[in-house]
Amino acid sequence: MSEGIKKFMFMNTKAPYGTVYALESLEVVLISAAFDQDVSLAFCDDGVFQITDNQKTDGSGMKNFSAAYKALGDYDINKIYVEKESLEERGLTMDNLMKLTYEDEDDDWAEKTSMYLVTRAELADLIDEQDVTISS
Amino acid sequence: MATISVEGKDLEVDEEGYLVNLDEWFPAVASAMAVIDEVEMEDDHWDIINFLREYYEEYQIAPAVRVLTKAVAKKLGKEKGNSKYLYQLFPYGPGKQACKFAGLPKPTGCV
Repeated sequence: MSEGIKKFMFMNTKAPYGTVYALESLEVVLISAAFDQDVSLAFCDDGVFQITDNQKTDGSGMKNFSAAYKALGDYDINKIYVEKESLEERGLTMDNLMKLTYEDEDDDWAEKTSMYLVTRAELADLIDEQDVTISS
Repeated sequence: MATISVEGKDLEVDEEGYLVNLDEWFPAVASAMAVIDEVEMEDDHWDIINFLREYYEEYQIAPAVRVLTKAVAKKLGKEKGNSKYLYQLFPYGPGKQACKFAGLPKPTGCV
């Protein structure tokens, strides 16, 4: 890892609509990508709802911004951790989530998954490795 | 609130000239903005503008310039997907200026 690059993890813990936390966090993530840092995202607690597939937001009064998560790969953000226990506690599985991918420039633009299912204990270890963790 | 007049319609724009209501965009809006910025619109410009509108339609965000560059390289070829080419088309910045012409908000992650 070269000089000046830090490991940033953005923890997403809140439901996507009703508050601005999820959208604001996503915007910060996209901006942070411009600084060539080592950025990862984690979704836990109600944050797992942010990346559920087929969101219907008509009743929320907020714009459905879920498609923007699919652009993360374009921004070279391809480490997205989803906490297993949080999914299970909400009756969800990885099949309920959007398929977030990136195209590997070094492998003839092959489409690869950005998503990793991790346990609470594994997520704790990942947090431990970070230089900066930002939670919202 | 500032407005821009296009084919008899007065459309609201913000202090930097971006459309306030993205739904109001039609191609002549891009042409009118280009006249103001002294850019002569040719097919190459429209390729980028159409590309940006498709990107926004799919992802609901205006891509940062380096994301745009990479995506254009993939779709339209390396000779167009580089910042020199894109800056020639849009001297005030392919992200900011092209997004403005395309009726998109200011790019997310453009610093």
